[in-house]
Amino acid sequence: MGKRSFKIWRGNAEGGEFHTYETEITEGMVVLDAIHQIQAESANDLAVRWNCKAGKCGSCGCEVNGKPKLSCMTRMNSLPEEGDVVIQPIKTFPVIKDLVCDVSYNYVRNKQIPPFAPREREADGTHRMEQRDVDRIQEFRKCIECFLCMDVCHVLRDHEKKDDFVGPRWMIRLASLEMHPLDIVDRIPLIREKFGSGWCNITRCCTEVCPEHINITDNGIIPLKERVVDRFYDPIAMLKRKLFGDKSNKRLPVVEVGDSSASG
Amino acid sequence: MSSSDTVLPGGHVVGLGETRRPDKWWVGPLLTVSFIGVAIGYGTIAMLMGNHYWVGAEGHGFGGYLSPLYSPVLMFDASAAGAAPASHAWFGAFPEWYPSLLPKSPAFLILLFPGAFRFTCYYYRKAYYRSFGFAPPGCAVEGVRRGKYEGETKLFLFQNLHRYAMYFAVIFNIILTYDAVMSFFRDGALGIGVGSVVLTINATLLAFYTFGCHSFRHLIGGRANCFTCDGKETLSSKAWSFGTFFNQRHMQIAWVSLAWVMFTDLYVRMVSMGIWTDFNTWGEAATKTVGL
Ligand code: SF4
Ligand code: SF4
Ligand code: FES
Ligand code: FES
Repeated sequence: MGKRSFKIWRGNAEGGEFHTYETEITEGMVVLDAIHQIQAESANDLAVRWNCKAGKCGSCGCEVNGKPKLSCMTRMNSLPEEGDVVIQPIKTFPVIKDLVCDVSYNYVRNKQIPPFAPREREADGTHRMEQRDVDRIQEFRKCIECFLCMDVCHVLRDHEKKDDFVGPRWMIRLASLEMHPLDIVDRIPLIREKFGSGWCNITRCCTEVCPEHINITDNGIIPLKERVVDRFYDPIAMLKRKLFGDKSNKRLPVVEVGDSSASG
Repeated sequence: MSSSDTVLPGGHVVGLGETRRPDKWWVGPLLTVSFIGVAIGYGTIAMLMGNHYWVGAEGHGFGGYLSPLYSPVLMFDASAAGAAPASHAWFGAFPEWYPSLLPKSPAFLILLFPGAFRFTCYYYRKAYYRSFGFAPPGCAVEGVRRGKYEGETKLFLFQNLHRYAMYFAVIFNIILTYDAVMSFFRDGALGIGVGSVVLTINATLLAFYTFGCHSFRHLIGGRANCFTCDGKETLSSKAWSFGTFFNQRHMQIAWVSLAWVMFTDLYVRMVSMGIWTDFNTWGEAATKTVGL
């Protein structure tokens, strides 16, 4: 395969620039291998976050040729043969150094989500769920928290609406709780207001980049938007609830959780 | 990229269309704009024509081909070439008081409904927010109005009423299925023509489009959290799986069905104008167009 040239962004929150490196690419190498090789050969102080090298820890997210990718799962031979390979940190979160970002926004937002609260146990002291019901939310549990979806989401990435919209990763966490057959917390008002479902314009970039192939938009966000419609926008559904009462066993969360300022 | 461009820490350039993607990300939006442009253009012209939307027997008997852009015929103008027979128009001829500024075309009276269904469709929203609204033009490609974006929180709040457009779409699906059945009859006689096949495919694709609708999928089952509450699969769970099958193919069906509606109108129009010959089991005499 021979030598390839890389343009890697180096710097910190104050600014920085692209540095060009060359390194020998051998068969089977992924982008993270190349970064490590460059680190060993010519840039000992290059900061890069990684852990599993198996696409499961979600640490190595960065932008390869402008696209959010896991560097450990991006094969060198999947990139165009011509030109430099451009590597940048993810755009949505503040850079700490080189390819490493501060993703603490995510942990702040996660704490704001009312956690799972199951209904009462059955007479024999157990909780029973059917496989069929769990299958639907199982998809969302594949998330490895790489935050590539958060990186590509234009609401956060370009418009910096982090205080208004929680972002796709947290929308699917909300979906997995909201659709849970045992859960009894009503998060719909929060999903509309605090988590900002209306800010998402379902343009599906999150789904396109998710390395776990979670159908974030179609199976998570759109169904949540439809539930918000049931509650807040559908006049017939609203009238029906007024006349015949709310049949759901969901309750509003009793505690106001988390910190209200989410920016980070 | 000029030296005056703002570059953020991380090396991202600020500005419309800025990206480090070397691939042809603009091909998708360009195709979307072209297809939607052709569909709107053809649809508008076909609607304004107000003629040649019907192929049937001279005797006006039971059966015939009706263009989907003109179905149902609420009011009609009997003098238009290739108009449906009077028995087809739900409310008869256009009345005296009908404003002369408005097109005297049956299509004009109904196209708002399928138009609204497509316009508020979750898939088409993605397509036009990206390709017409540049919000965003492509994934990891910066769009317009940095920081001024409002998503579907203000101007686009009406998108939340998509399900109402879907209710009307279901009614249209029933009507178009009826039209497809009618296309197998000519002057009361059962038979088949190329047009019957064209109309049947049309009704089928449009039904598939509705079955894959996100609001449909939500209302028939998706809103429940429990599909097998007492160990037995509920009917709504089965319905949801059915909707999911079409939902996963919603984009493809959206484009194919849109193209096919236009083609169906074109087919009926061409046969009605006598330009194309419809091969069928009824023979030439039964394919005369009314008003030619
Ligand atoms: S679909 Fe919504 S959440 Fe996903 S990237 Fe687009 S705007 Fe963001
Ligand atoms: S949803 Fe997908 S892209 Fe987003 S954080 Fe989880 S695994 Fe990563
Ligand atoms: S290093 Fe764990 S996902 Fe890449
Ligand atoms: S028709 Fe496309 S989502 Fe409803």
